[in-house]
Amino acid sequence: MRTELHPRGLEVVTVALDTGGPDAVRRWVDEAGAAHPSTIDEAHLLDELLGVVNVPTGVWIDEHGVIVRPPEPAHARPNRFADQPIPDGVDARTRDALEQVSKLRSESDKYKAALYDWVERGAASPYALPPDEVIRRSRPRTADTATAAAAFELGQHLHRAGHPDAAVPWFREAHRRQPDNWTYKRQAWSFVDRSQGPNDVYDGNWLDDVKAAGAGNYYPALDL
Amino acid sequence: MILTSLAVDRAAFTERTGWELRPEGACHGDICVPLPAEAAPGSTIDARMVSERLGMPLLHDDDHGIWALGPASVGGTALVTAALPNITLADIRTGEAFDFASLRGQKVLLLAWASW
Repeated sequence: MRTELHPRGLEVVTVALDTGGPDAVRRWVDEAGAAHPSTIDEAHLLDELLGVVNVPTGVWIDEHGVIVRPPEPAHARPNRFADQPIPDGVDARTRDALEQVSKLRSESDKYKAALYDWVERGAASPYALPPDEVIRRSRPRTADTATAAAAFELGQHLHRAGHPDAAVPWFREAHRRQPDNWTYKRQAWSFVDRSQGPNDVYDGNWLDDVKAAGAGNYYPALDL
Repeated sequence: MILTSLAVDRAAFTERTGWELRPEGACHGDICVPLPAEAAPGSTIDARMVSERLGMPLLHDDDHGIWALGPASVGGTALVTAALPNITLADIRTGEAFDFASLRGQKVLLLAWASW
């Protein structure tokens, strides 16, 4: 997609929200062999600065450095698990997880069509939003979500400084203050259990939290 | 913003938060919040005063002697302005700093992803 759109004036910049650092992600970047800038945001600054709450997330920025679409789900492909039968012989929890995964929304076709339209038509595209609308659509910033950002920042700082145990109470506070921030949850869970299953460090885990929130809410529908 | 002291360097504060100190107060986008003179004596800002006035949570980790000054809640939304904030991140492959301001002149799709 970038190969097609780059000559027409679009640059893609990827940001890995990975407190684990370049070593955690370099493999994927090398495999992808991308020509575009590939950056890493170990501190999760984008969560705070732009209002990112999950991945994959896309933000559109015009030639003047103005955001024309705030963070929203940005899938490159349809959900390949959506129509697949669950294999026999998996344990109950895996079956449950696969069922939830199959329900995660991906609107890749609509998103790409909107992106192409913007690249083609610029500000004339209906998908490029005016500043007031961009601001209105960005995440609510309450005392709780602001506190979640501060708590997560302390957590990632301590984790990266070599104090992972000291980070935990701050990650827990971030989760408590902003339970719908999947980025804060998944990043913290990943340090305890790569499969983000039940553990005795955090109250939540991927499967139970997704079921509680509703799989359809994990990636909200695009408002194009 | 991680702090080792409650007297915060003004320039660093603006760079990190996007809030500028002007005669009328602390300003970001269309919002200006008056600050008392003692909030910004000289080249530093009193973190407790901006915390209170801008709704920026101030959390202290006693064991490690650091604070986090969170984003302002006074505006009510994550984005206070549609202008892209100052963002400089490390390039994964080279480790060098990549300033998002260098992208001016092109349309940009910023894609956030993760290994987890």
